[in-house]
Amino acid sequence: MDIRDLTGEAVAAITVRAARSALTTLGTVLGITTLVITLGIAATAGNQIVGRFDELTATAVTVEVPENDQEIVAWDALDRVTRLRGVVAAAALAESKESANLSVRSNLLIDPTRVTAQTLTVVAASPGLPGAARGRMVQGRFFDSGHVARRDEVVVVGEQAAKMLGITRVDRAPAVFIGDHAYTVIGILGGLRREQSLSSAIMVPPTIGRRFGLRHVTRVLVTTSLGAAELIARQAPTALSPGDEGMLQVIAQTSPTRARDAVQNDVNALFLILGLVSLVVGAVGIANVTLVTVMERTGEIGLRRALGAARRHIAAQFLLESTLIGLTGGVIGASLGIVAIVAVSAAKEWTPVLDVRLGLAAPVAGAVVGLLAGLYPALRAARMEPVDALR
Amino acid sequence: MPEPVIELEGICKEFPTDPPVRALSDVRLRVERSDYLAIVGPSGSGKSTLLNVLGLLDVPTSGSYRLDGVETTALGDGARTRLRGSRIGFVFQSFHLLSRRTVVENTMLAEIYGGQSRRGRRERALAALDRVGLGHRAGFPPERLSGGERQRAAIARALLGEPSLLLCDEPTGNLDSRNTDAVLDLFDELREQGMTIVVITHENEVSERAVRRVRITDGVLAEE
Repeated sequence: MDIRDLTGEAVAAITVRAARSALTTLGTVLGITTLVITLGIAATAGNQIVGRFDELTATAVTVEVPENDQEIVAWDALDRVTRLRGVVAAAALAESKESANLSVRSNLLIDPTRVTAQTLTVVAASPGLPGAARGRMVQGRFFDSGHVARRDEVVVVGEQAAKMLGITRVDRAPAVFIGDHAYTVIGILGGLRREQSLSSAIMVPPTIGRRFGLRHVTRVLVTTSLGAAELIARQAPTALSPGDEGMLQVIAQTSPTRARDAVQNDVNALFLILGLVSLVVGAVGIANVTLVTVMERTGEIGLRRALGAARRHIAAQFLLESTLIGLTGGVIGASLGIVAIVAVSAAKEWTPVLDVRLGLAAPVAGAVVGLLAGLYPALRAARMEPVDALR
Repeated sequence: MPEPVIELEGICKEFPTDPPVRALSDVRLRVERSDYLAIVGPSGSGKSTLLNVLGLLDVPTSGSYRLDGVETTALGDGARTRLRGSRIGFVFQSFHLLSRRTVVENTMLAEIYGGQSRRGRRERALAALDRVGLGHRAGFPPERLSGGERQRAAIARALLGEPSLLLCDEPTGNLDSRNTDAVLDLFDELREQGMTIVVITHENEVSERAVRRVRITDGVLAEE
């Protein structure tokens, strides 16, 4: 028998029962659609989540320096980190318990009706802080290496601290009193995206910090370019403290690929099961309808046997019919799934991520479902005796 | 002298029920080329069993059946199927036309299981339809044909592939008298063209038109 004749007979049998065939594909359509959407949305969403991590966390490296009487990281060691390829900005900070609760006032008048003294944290910082903490100067400027070298008595206050102290402008060079000593406020730092606690702190140059017991660097903030975080996390300790790198603790975002895997696994498992269940239901549907069709077409089977069809011709025709129905379901399901992924991506302003292999494998999966579903009905049809079928 | 188309010798068919039923008992029959034979008998006489044996749809329990000189009782399922497809054209009481497929498509069905080339199949089918006077209905679905036209379409399908034997099972059972006449006229024409026809019927009108008549009663065949 010519394969074209076989295909023609199978296609004709499907198309003359168009409504029934369409309903039969429904289960497979649902199953394949669910699977394609699940896999596609998981891949799409996974990439979006990683994209968000990238923007902030994946570029941040923090090096913690343990408290020690000896100097582990020198203030000028920061230059060596800044020179590393992939570092966008770096800053060193010094904090201590003693300087965490200092009384700060914006004037020396003692007004009994108001609380004028605020308890604020004083932090010594290197000039690169605005860039490293990803903040911006709301007013004025940050101190530079000149201020540091000259031991100028200048401070930068955090946005929150400025509000608490009532400082709104810096162009008239207001002063704050830390203890009894006055310091000139040259800027207000705000919009911090890292180390947001600095917003309610007073930042002083390292050379001034000694007065408050802030001698040694306790933390280094590094902002890297995208993708360099892992490398910088390995190199920074050596650059900061050659020989003592083992004492430093580096905090960096874990590898983005691992983050993606974890997200995908969570999303996938449930919906994959759902899709597979629908696919099984679809297969049962095809098997059921094909079996009914075989019983209805007993006369036709008898006629074909009388016309010289062997058992394998009968089996092949019914198998091909159910496979084609499964394939149709797979093609429709894959198309619907892809449309749904694109629609969801458009609504969420995501970039749809589609694996080409998914678009090809889905119709094949549908065809396999149809083939498996058709096995038993085809066997039943082939086993019919022509005498019984023609009765 | 050419081989007879059908040569039955000592054909018996028993069904393994309890007690066993003997549907055919020592049947002898010879049908020469261009014979027009009617097999008559009441229902339950073994007519259908004889038709199934003649049509290679069933194998006898014992005896010898030679079709065109080929001993068929020893053949396997596959070889018997091929022989059936190439040598026998069936005409059924209920036509067995596939619905919603055109008349010419139904006719072409006769060729798809044989080894014939696809080339010219439609032309051969149209020629067969012309032969039964149904060329003008080639594009119609069977639903739109009268009973007589449907049976003529089925005959055209049986004629495709030039079978040695046209085996008809109650061919006029579903037809009114006018259509019956038309089909019987067609049989006469086909016979004049050299076709061998075996008709199984219980209607006298049909069997009287045949050249030869045999009667089967309780599985025993007798010439009339």
